[in-house]
Amino acid sequence: MKPNDPAITWLEERPLGLSERLYLPLFVQGLATTARHLVSPKVTVSFPEQRPTVGNPLIYRGVHRLNRDDEGRVKCVACFLCATACPAHCIDIVATESPWPDREKYPESFQIDELRCIFCGMCEEACPVDAIELTSLLDLTGKSREEMIFDKEKLLSVFDMTKDAEPMKSASMGGTL
Amino acid sequence: MNAFLPSLPTIVALVKIGLLVGGLMTAAAYLVLVERWMAAWVQDRKGPNRVGIPLTKIRLFGLGQPLADGLKIILKEDFTPRHVDKVLYTAAPVVILAASLAIFAAIPFGSSLPAIPALGLTSEEPLLVAPGLDVGVLWVFALSSIAVYGVLLGGWASNNKYGFLGGLRSSAQLLAYEIPLGLGLLGVVLAAGSLKLDTIMDAQASTGVWFAFAQPLGFIVFLVASFAEAARLPFDLPEAEQELVGGYHTEYSGIKLLLFLVAEFLHMVTAAFLIVIMFLGGWHLWGVTGSGPVETWLVAFIRFAVLSAKIFAVILFFMLVRWSWPRFRFDQLMNLAWKVMLPLGIANLVTVATVEEFRPQLVTAVGEGWAKTVAIAIPWAVFFVGWIAAGMLTPSGTDNTPIRTPGPLDAEHVLDDPQRELVEV
Repeated sequence: MKPNDPAITWLEERPLGLSERLYLPLFVQGLATTARHLVSPKVTVSFPEQRPTVGNPLIYRGVHRLNRDDEGRVKCVACFLCATACPAHCIDIVATESPWPDREKYPESFQIDELRCIFCGMCEEACPVDAIELTSLLDLTGKSREEMIFDKEKLLSVFDMTKDAEPMKSASMGGTL
Repeated sequence: MNAFLPSLPTIVALVKIGLLVGGLMTAAAYLVLVERWMAAWVQDRKGPNRVGIPLTKIRLFGLGQPLADGLKIILKEDFTPRHVDKVLYTAAPVVILAASLAIFAAIPFGSSLPAIPALGLTSEEPLLVAPGLDVGVLWVFALSSIAVYGVLLGGWASNNKYGFLGGLRSSAQLLAYEIPLGLGLLGVVLAAGSLKLDTIMDAQASTGVWFAFAQPLGFIVFLVASFAEAARLPFDLPEAEQELVGGYHTEYSGIKLLLFLVAEFLHMVTAAFLIVIMFLGGWHLWGVTGSGPVETWLVAFIRFAVLSAKIFAVILFFMLVRWSWPRFRFDQLMNLAWKVMLPLGIANLVTVATVEEFRPQLVTAVGEGWAKTVAIAIPWAVFFVGWIAAGMLTPSGTDNTPIRTPGPLDAEHVLDDPQRELVEV
């Protein structure tokens, strides 16, 4: 594209005023800005001693949990929609016939490889019964790769740990119960 | 006395050298920490605050950080690429650090100590490694030029395009800014009538008028030029990371890099010393330090503390400026040196020379007090006129807008040139 192309709209730069030409007012302005930031409150969080505040825990995408229903059973119906939706292929489900009359299948084993997970929240979106949800737990650490593969019991225990602070989204957000 | 025992002046000088070098190295390490804190605070971060006393959990606001930084860089591999000129590559950091340290032989780091008869020191002992040096200012400037040599050597010996470009830029920049630096300095030397830095401080203390007030234009010119000489932002073109990776020390690592970085910090410290000593009154502060000879240890200490506090304040200013302005482009840098700072420096020099020449006549004509006022008023008038002239004429301004009307290059035959089309595709 040439500079005289009619498709280009040229914006004129504002000519410098006297104070800008003298440089000193701008000099003081720049120094005032940095000096103000020098003493302004800092945004850094001293992490281990001080927890970062999560804006809205209900929409934060942290560690997964498997929800329980009112009778304490796992809500999952082993439909594999989350595993299918997962772009990182980190969900591994083994389905078996359900011992309960209200559904056909339930997960015999449900494993999430937290090291492969990219915390995109697709599994949560895909789940038709709101069984899998992402919590606001953000400091996920482990000492081995095996430790970072969360099985069904661990995912259910994450639910037990977080259910009071973060109620299931189903009821409040219009999901299926 | 045994001929092999060093004489008293030698011992005194060695003690001073030890104190100065030790103090400077520690100061450089801690100034790196201060610089990191300033950088963090300006960016609304907290900065290094974890490292404290080693092997304990005591943090001390991160005051152990310089130790950790130093240990880390010393333990790093000192890698020499195969394509460098080995001799010059090794010599460059040594040259630059040696020159930066040798500068301090002529720079006073306080007023003086009272006589200590018990140790055989019968007169006042100046806090200066080479007290008898009559050409102190010349010594400082000659050695700061040699420091440039280290940068050039490093850039050239690296045999690397980034290092080479950094070396080129810095040679042009440092040569260009040595002229305004010298002009700003000449005004002070004229007014004080001496090349000795301690005499320059005494001159300011005895009149109570710091040269920054008596020669505002010279102060500004010297300040800007010393920023450029120390290669601090907004004049850090020799090692502009975004453009040149690391500039002249791209190929350096480990202890050699450390020497370069320490030398850079020492340049800033030197610049701060010179600004304070020549323009901001040195150890003098009205009503606190007095201006006569040092009689008690208290006065000696107060003067040392005042000088150190001023130097620290100037260094903080250096660090704050770093985050306040973006880097100059190279043509802007050169325009500023040759078209703004050089004329302003000459204007300052001529003003000071005129005022100093006619000061005796002025004193006899209007009396001591009025002569002092006039001698300050005239440079300030020149300052305002010169500043406004520089602003209105904008000799350093450059027009960056693209040419929109068809110019000679856009003529029909050029547009139809097949090669040009190829380039555009």
